[in-house]
Amino acid sequence: MTISASTEAPLDRRALAARLAADIPRGSYVNLGIGQPTTVAEFLPADAEVVLHTENGMLGMGPEARGDDIDDDLVNAGKIHVTEMPGASYFHHADSFAMIRGGHLDVCVLGAFQVSVRGDLANWHTGDVDAIPAVGGAMDLAHGAENVYVMMTLFDRTGAAKLVEECTYPLTGLACVRRVYTDHAVFEIRDTGVAVLETFGCTVAQLQGRLAMPLIPA
Amino acid sequence: MAPVIVETPDEALVGVPDGATVLIGGFGNAGQPFALIDALRRGGARDLVVVNNNAGNGNHGIAALIAAGRVRKVICSFPRQKDSWVFDGLYRAGQIELELVPQGTLAERIRAAGAGIGGFYTPTGVGTLLAEGKEHRTIDGREYVLETALRADLALIKAYRADRAGNLVYRKTARNFGPVMATAATVTVAQVAEIVDVGGIDPESVVTPGIYVDRLVATDLGPEQLAESLVKAEATR
Repeated sequence: MTISASTEAPLDRRALAARLAADIPRGSYVNLGIGQPTTVAEFLPADAEVVLHTENGMLGMGPEARGDDIDDDLVNAGKIHVTEMPGASYFHHADSFAMIRGGHLDVCVLGAFQVSVRGDLANWHTGDVDAIPAVGGAMDLAHGAENVYVMMTLFDRTGAAKLVEECTYPLTGLACVRRVYTDHAVFEIRDTGVAVLETFGCTVAQLQGRLAMPLIPA
Repeated sequence: MAPVIVETPDEALVGVPDGATVLIGGFGNAGQPFALIDALRRGGARDLVVVNNNAGNGNHGIAALIAAGRVRKVICSFPRQKDSWVFDGLYRAGQIELELVPQGTLAERIRAAGAGIGGFYTPTGVGTLLAEGKEHRTIDGREYVLETALRADLALIKAYRADRAGNLVYRKTARNFGPVMATAATVTVAQVAEIVDVGGIDPESVVTPGIYVDRLVATDLGPEQLAESLVKAEATR
């Protein structure tokens, strides 16, 4: 099957968040990590009934708090003030991570430095000698859902691909990523290899020219 | 035994020995027991091992304790933040130790200690730097790494309300590590906004039963007191 690009240009960050949001099933329990993946929440339809989990002990997290809604006892994993949705619940850290590790969440969306063809994830440490390592919940979240999705740019600032044969950055988890949503394409990690589900502003042949692994047209 | 209710945070922290391992609740500033941490600093104990999700923010709370030179080692999941300059500087200078633990593993190690469990096998960290040198085991076809319980001499936690029996309820995401830390230390001290009479908390709503709480102090820092505490913390640098 031939895939034609579904858009004329690569996606910007917000369009990518919207694209990913469209793949989150109604009624899912979802963890959006910290940073860029949290923007996916803005594109979930109001009637999607998606329940957001935050690792610091809450289900039913609402949008970022503003003005009088700011409460120092109510923050998300990125320590940003948030709000509470009707039906929310609070629980302690061990329960929160039991929920993650125990496979109770449906979807988890994470950022990444690199993803390998087997779904290995590197997103916690650059390995630089000067860097102070900080892992947070990244290694737990890597195993935190049936569907672990990565949201990232396909190439780094130097133009090097972040979807690779083998990760060169320190690993966060082995064979844990199912899909990779990027500005140029959506990829699925399969037992048979890396499948391209959709492209943005390019063809599979063009992508193949810039990526080391054989791509399977979906 | 019912908890001892003391008037001030300093009374709650009498007799902390040098070298103590201290669990400190909080996720960033949410749930961090500032009044107890300040009292720990004033108490003068040295060579402390501090267990918290982070390694201090700004110049207050855990950061002030570290800045005062009282902390030998931090066990945490996420030291590096935009306002973690106190820890960052000492770490880069080789003056403080760091044991980095994945966040869920940190919580579970503390939970295990409180539950009388010596260790557990977790999938978290398998194949990574943080599992190197640890025992691995395959169970039902999946690989796990052995992590051991993390017990402490002292736990400092912040809850919202206590009754005189030591039963605690928390507020929103300030709950975080408090309930597990309360179970895992020889002495657990809780800082609360108010202490009510027995019967003042619905038994169905209790999050931490009083059996885990040894000392209680009502000392919620309002914004003005917090500002004062920040100024003092700054002065101790």
